[in-house]
Amino acid sequence: MTTKMMGAKVQRVEDDRLVRGTGRYVDDVAPDALHAAVLRSPHAHARIVSIDVDAVLDVEGVHAVWTHEDLEGAMADPLPLLIPHPTLTHGRTQYALAKDEVNYVGEAIAFVVADDRYVAEDALAQIVVEYDLLPAVVGIEAARSGAQLVHDDVPGNVAARMEQSNGDAAAAIAAAPHTLSLDLHIERSACMPMEGRGTVARWDPDQNRLQVWTSTQTSTGVRAAVAAKLGLDLGQVDVITPDVGGGFGVKIVHPWPEELLVPLAAQRLGRAVKFTEDRREHFISSAHERAQVHHVEVGFDDEGRVLGLDVRFWHDHGAYTPYGLIVPIITSTQLLGPYKPGAYHVQFDSLYTNTVIVTPYRGAGRPQGCFVMERTMDAIAAELGKDRADVRALNFIQPDEFPYDQGLIFQDGRELTYDSGDYPAMLDKIKELVDWDHFEDFRAAKAAEGKRVGLGLACYVEGTGVGPYEGAHVHIETSGKVKVATGLTSQGQGHQTAFAQIVADELGVRFEDVEITTGDTRRMPYAVGTFASRAAVMSGSAIHLAAKRAKEKALRIAADALEADIEDLEIVDGVVSVKGTDSSIPLGTVAVLSNPLRYAFDEASKAATQFNVGDPTKPPVAEDDEPGLEGKDFYSPPRSTFASGMHAVIVETDVDTAEIRILKYAVVHDCGHLINPMIVEGQIHGGVAQGVGGALYERMAYDESGQLLNASFMDFLMPYVTEVPTSIEIDHLETPSPLNPLGIKGAGEAGVIPGSAAFAAAIEDAERLPITAMPISPSELFALRAAHAPHAQESK
Amino acid sequence: MTEQTHEIRLNVNGVEHEAAVPARRLLSDALRHDLGLTGTHVGCEHGVCGACTVLVDGQPMRSCLMFAVSAAGHEITTVEGLARPDGELGPVQQAFRECHGLQCGFCTPGFLTTITAGIAENPDPTEDEARDMVAGNLCRCTGYQNIVKAVCRAAELARADEDGAA
Repeated sequence: MTTKMMGAKVQRVEDDRLVRGTGRYVDDVAPDALHAAVLRSPHAHARIVSIDVDAVLDVEGVHAVWTHEDLEGAMADPLPLLIPHPTLTHGRTQYALAKDEVNYVGEAIAFVVADDRYVAEDALAQIVVEYDLLPAVVGIEAARSGAQLVHDDVPGNVAARMEQSNGDAAAAIAAAPHTLSLDLHIERSACMPMEGRGTVARWDPDQNRLQVWTSTQTSTGVRAAVAAKLGLDLGQVDVITPDVGGGFGVKIVHPWPEELLVPLAAQRLGRAVKFTEDRREHFISSAHERAQVHHVEVGFDDEGRVLGLDVRFWHDHGAYTPYGLIVPIITSTQLLGPYKPGAYHVQFDSLYTNTVIVTPYRGAGRPQGCFVMERTMDAIAAELGKDRADVRALNFIQPDEFPYDQGLIFQDGRELTYDSGDYPAMLDKIKELVDWDHFEDFRAAKAAEGKRVGLGLACYVEGTGVGPYEGAHVHIETSGKVKVATGLTSQGQGHQTAFAQIVADELGVRFEDVEITTGDTRRMPYAVGTFASRAAVMSGSAIHLAAKRAKEKALRIAADALEADIEDLEIVDGVVSVKGTDSSIPLGTVAVLSNPLRYAFDEASKAATQFNVGDPTKPPVAEDDEPGLEGKDFYSPPRSTFASGMHAVIVETDVDTAEIRILKYAVVHDCGHLINPMIVEGQIHGGVAQGVGGALYERMAYDESGQLLNASFMDFLMPYVTEVPTSIEIDHLETPSPLNPLGIKGAGEAGVIPGSAAFAAAIEDAERLPITAMPISPSELFALRAAHAPHAQESK
Repeated sequence: MTEQTHEIRLNVNGVEHEAAVPARRLLSDALRHDLGLTGTHVGCEHGVCGACTVLVDGQPMRSCLMFAVSAAGHEITTVEGLARPDGELGPVQQAFRECHGLQCGFCTPGFLTTITAGIAENPDPTEDEARDMVAGNLCRCTGYQNIVKAVCRAAELARADEDGAA
């Protein structure tokens, strides 16, 4: 190859169609489809006494109206609990359409299919539901008290209680020279991709097959769920995920009720059917995350070395547990970050509330864990009067200690063993980027202007690239073009570019000649999905391995055709040649030769006739071979790779209004080898913006009856360009992972993880008062000031 | 009861289209579903996110807050109309590609139309002015850093076009 693509800032191949408006998102396909709309519960907790749909049948243009009574077989059963866990003793999932009871505002009750969405919504308005209202359980305090129950048969609202430890934390804390207790809160937020959920389905009676397009992070998961629920063989269902308008976690949940109801409607009605979620629906009927309350007990020595850490926390998982305990398990394990506490014990309760379900949102439990650990580090430093960076450095796992076993079990059921990293080097970089050592001079200069500034630092380690596997199929066409398929989906991460870079390098073809397909079960039916910063690690590695196989075959056939040794061959720009000679053959021709032909049907096959391949005394296709120039392989890692990073932020808190302004934001990031630094930096930018949102703006404002008061973009505040740092200083560290052939680690979620922790630290540093709950608004900061200086306020 | 429809003519990207739409049909839906111009995206349906922004007589408008019937007789430009006459990417489109100003691409059409109008009004924006130009549009992926860069780059490319034309 002439230029190495891995590590290059290659412009994205996705962009041409996306900037022209010729991308294909789910709502863009099947313009002939009927449209579905869903009647959703207006109450957080109620028994359904009766549903009267008679009036709907009079609405012209309505093709179907269903309630739970219209569902049969597996469709009438509760939705799957996707990730069971032994400690999830009281897992509950909802029905595709509510049966007898609703447990959150937004729960699906009835389903209408009509000529268009306007008519479908008209029809919904004709449905009369009689409810018997029940008391709503809203928020962790209410859930924990157990005074009212979300599900009658779940005592104390506790779905799961899980405990892990490494050493005797209680004894270590008791024996420690210093101890501290902290109570730390994080509020609910949500992924809020710009494109909501959407599903289109078409039943083909001639082929007895169902085709489903859905905006998902797991095509194969949806395929399996649809097949199981509709009683179809897997081979009868194709799921295609076209362009996806953002996911950030919420689209890993499956099947959503609509992902089953739409295919069922397509099958029953014999027409294409489409569901496109609107924004209010997304707020009240998809998923949220983040809400947790934590209590920390920590024991440490005179230097600030943690001797024992005990964390108890309570997780609000909403009304149901379709995605199991992934979020709190991640918090409980990943809060350890780059540190090695002497002994650690963690216990959490996962609690039901009458609110929207909680499933992973970018970072998935890690922002909470990072907030807990980093607040603890800051508290230790404050208690001892030491530099906050020094206390962290003292507790770091050292570079020569990898692989480092934290003695816990991670979310994937594998041991929590960090593969590689260099945290001291990273700390040096972040201190330099933010000019840590001269901050007091900056603070003094600002103070002289009457301004109040603070500096915050937060460190994290992120388990990325979780298994179990991903696969890839590489097909070299007779034109020399390379068609690659991997089963996981893409929702804006630039996979078609990054994966093509990997193929171009391995195969020695031009980047422009590689085309990547993601998320189409027709092309790669075995896959897991795009979440947990796993795509580059998992599919990237699988694609590398599959390309390698295709290359091996290409070289074998070319060696035969060129009458040369395989070792003497090289592939450059799609041409196989004998090194140092003029003897060469294009890969496309090798592809022709790979398939013993009877017919010369085009120029490529005619050209191939000049080469003699194979022994005429043997069968044209050998016993252990197959026609075609293809490679297929799977990558399955022993355990996750562990990326890491550190963020530092300088804020100014307005002396009068308590407004919080970002003066500087710095990131040091280690995701192993970079495939495309431009894409990685884009991921960091986006993550930082979501971190800013989580720290300063985003919260789900439920009232006590379980109504979400801010279910619109007017009221749920996400950062605009005016809320993000004007620039982000980024530095990279590359400690390659030994677990995969490319030495890479995931990068997708990193940017968001330390946001709340870093901002809390910076605000605390500016204000000299403890920040224990995030997000924090100017009015909350103003109230905190008053609470901590009551006399000053009174005298005003 | 059959819903009454209105025969309207919509001039979109220089092409006249005819459609029969109910009075309540949103312009965004008419563009997407009646005319098949699916480049215009709907992100919030309450005018906050800006994904559905199109140009109406050159001015950026939220097509989810406009009825199709009220757009009749006006010149509408959608993202599909931003490429150069020869099919090459227009300056704003090209700048977004160069600067990595998009990730999932869903909000992108709204940014592209907004910026097209913005640099027509202010051909040489400062970085602050570039930021102001896109301050009404939401993006959940990019963190905006590269979008601001793309605004400045787009203005530069558009100015080069002007110079070339002059």
